[in-house]
Formats: sequence, C-alpha cells, structure tokens
Amino acid sequence: MAATQEEIVSGLAEIVNEIAGIPVEDVQLDKSFTDDLDVDSLSMVEVVVAAEERFDVKIPDDDVKNLKTVGDAADYIAKHQVAK
Amino acid sequence: MAKIKPSKGSPYARIMGVGGYRPTRVVPNEVILETIDSSDEWIRSRSGIATRHWASPEETVTAMSIEASGKAIADAGLSPQDIDGVIVATVSHFKQTPAVATEIADKLGTGKPAAFDISAGCAGFGYGLTLAKSMVIDGSASHVLVIGVERLSDLTDLTDRATAFLFGDGAGAVIVGPAKEPMIGPTVWGSEGDKSTTITQTVPWTDYRDGAVERFPAIMQEGQAVFRWAVFEMAKVAQQALDAAGISAHDLDVFIPHQANMRIIDSMVKTLKLPEHVTVARDVETTGNTSAASIPLAMERLLATGQAKSGDTALVIGFGAGLVYAATVVTLP
Repeated sequence: MAATQEEIVSGLAEIVNEIAGIPVEDVQLDKSFTDDLDVDSLSMVEVVVAAEERFDVKIPDDDVKNLKTVGDAADYIAKHQVAK
Repeated sequence: MAKIKPSKGSPYARIMGVGGYRPTRVVPNEVILETIDSSDEWIRSRSGIATRHWASPEETVTAMSIEASGKAIADAGLSPQDIDGVIVATVSHFKQTPAVATEIADKLGTGKPAAFDISAGCAGFGYGLTLAKSMVIDGSASHVLVIGVERLSDLTDLTDRATAFLFGDGAGAVIVGPAKEPMIGPTVWGSEGDKSTTITQTVPWTDYRDGAVERFPAIMQEGQAVFRWAVFEMAKVAQQALDAAGISAHDLDVFIPHQANMRIIDSMVKTLKLPEHVTVARDVETTGNTSAASIPLAMERLLATGQAKSGDTALVIGFGAGLVYAATVVTLP
C-alpha cells in the first residue's frame, strides 16, 4: 500500500533530521528546505536519495529543483510512488 | 600460419614510488571572493576547500610533471633510464600534438620509452594506472611512469560562483613496476556518455577561435547531478572494486577518493560505511580539485605526513567528466 501524506511527511522529517540534524517537529509542510530548514543544495540531494529508497520513488535531478518545500516533496512522492 | 612468440611480463605489478608537485602560489578563498559574490563560510561549507595552489607561467604542465616524476623515480629507488613507459593523464595541456609525455620523458633523461597522453578527466590517474599495470604484466614495459597533471586554473571561469573556488593546479606521479604478488587489484572502470553534459568544457576551442564566444573555454558542471552520481553511484563502484580484490572495507587501511569536494568525500565515506580505522584522504582542503593529479598528490601527502605507511592497503577511486570512473585496490609504496 502506498504511504499516506502523513506517513510521507513523518518519513521526510526523519530523513531531514538524520542528514541535516533538524528537529523532527520543525519539518512541516510549509517549510522551505533551504530557507527554513538549512538544507543546502548538496544535502538536498542526500535527502532526495534517501526519500527515493524509503518511498520507492524516482526523483530525477531535473525535478529536484522544483521541490522547494516539504509539501512540494510530499506531493511529488505521493504522486509518483509505486503502489505496493 | 607462423607461430608468434608470446610476450613475457611480470606475473603481477605494484606501485613502487610516488611523487607530487604543488605550485608555489597558495590561493586562499579571499582571492576567489574578488570575482564572485560569495563568502569564505559558503565556500568551505559547500566544498571544504580553504586554499588551493595556482601555477605561475613557469610552472607548466611539463615543469610540474618533471618535478613530481623525479621524486617518484627516486622514491622507487630507480633512475630515469629504468623507465620504459610514460603515461600522462591530463585535460589541461594546451598543445594537442605531440603528446606532452614525450617531452617529459626526454627532459627526465629516460631512454626511448613508449610515451603517450590520455584524456579521462578526474579518472585519468586510475585509467593510467590500469594501463601501466597491464603493460608490466604483458611485458611491453618493465617500469611505467604514470603522471596526473593539471593546470585547471587555466580552465576556470573566475566569475562562475559554482566552480570558481573548486579547481587547483599540480602534478602527481607514480612508478608501476613488477611484483611477486598482486599489489594492484582488478580495476572496475567504465563510462556513462549519456551524462556527458554534467561536467564539460563550455565550448570547443574552435568556437572560441571563430569568435562564436568571447570567453576562453572553462569547465562547468551541474553540481547536484554530479554530487548524486559521485556519492551514490561511485559508492557502488568502490564496493565492486573491493569485491573484485576479494577484500572488505574492514581490510582497508586507507581510502583515497578523487579529491573533488569534501562533501562528496564525507558522503561517500558514510554511504560506503567505512570503518573508523580507515584513514581518509582529505587533501582537497588545501589543494582544491586537481582532477587527474588529485589521487597521487593525496597519496604522496598521506605517506609524507605519516598518516599512511608503505604496505598499507588503499582503495583508490577516480570519477569525473565523461562521465568516467576507475576504482582499484592497491598496496601503498
């Protein structure tokens, strides 16, 4: 079964916490990765790769730049993940 | 059909000596900041680079190579006459022909070695090492000088805030010769030409000659795409090289990745789950990215500073424009 939006956001929060050391509770839908969460462009790649593995989804480099907020990423994953 | 006598080489090959040359001028981030809108903190956090060396007009590709090679030959306990193969890996020698390897060989005082240049970007050293090993095992050479040398400052766009701080100049060299046991493992190498635009010279020389562009060509790259490939795809290649050598990460003493960027190195170490006892080359901090020269330069520094010692087992991996890559396990000289 595909992950729900809630599961995706909490999964992203764990990933961002692991990679950038940001408290899990700070990772909210409206937060910008770069401006609010201090995830720079290279850490963003690590976040994306970890999210790909966790949610069984492919996020090509060209699409990464469109993922400005946690909500953008959650929507993208929800739309592209492979239902199990 | 006439019977052809097979060539006879050594059963195995090894790295016998290493040498490096870093240009005299040390360039701190403050100098880079004169032409880009950035900060020392930003450059350090994105790349781990604090200083790099830039060559003077006298520190040519040939001159730097001769310095590094002389040290490598001495370190191997050989004299120039013992060298019968010279391979130069570079992308920043601006005279297409003849190969700069022949001039270097001559000025070093070698005899008449096989001498040629190769172009394999930041994987150039690994490609050269692999060719040299094959030559020694095949018997077509007994002692091969492999040089990685770059003057990337000539190919740097100092107004490009994504790359202005990255590149440095220098030369590193090793001697590959015969061994009684395997001291250079199987090479895992390859190319991904479908990603050729991720790291590339901006335009061909002819575009500049013909006035199609005003700026001398430079190296540009797509940072995020390169980072993803370098960390996650190259970690797989590194693991394959360990598997091919029949060892695990726990058997390693040293890890010498191409010195592209400290963030790539840190992330690779994490992805590969390298044990804490493994010494990791972090020469990029004071040398910048010197492409084909970075691995032998880092190797030389680790040995010179006592962070690594002769006989240590090291994983080396180069990766860069092509995209191309080469990884192997070696015993340090």
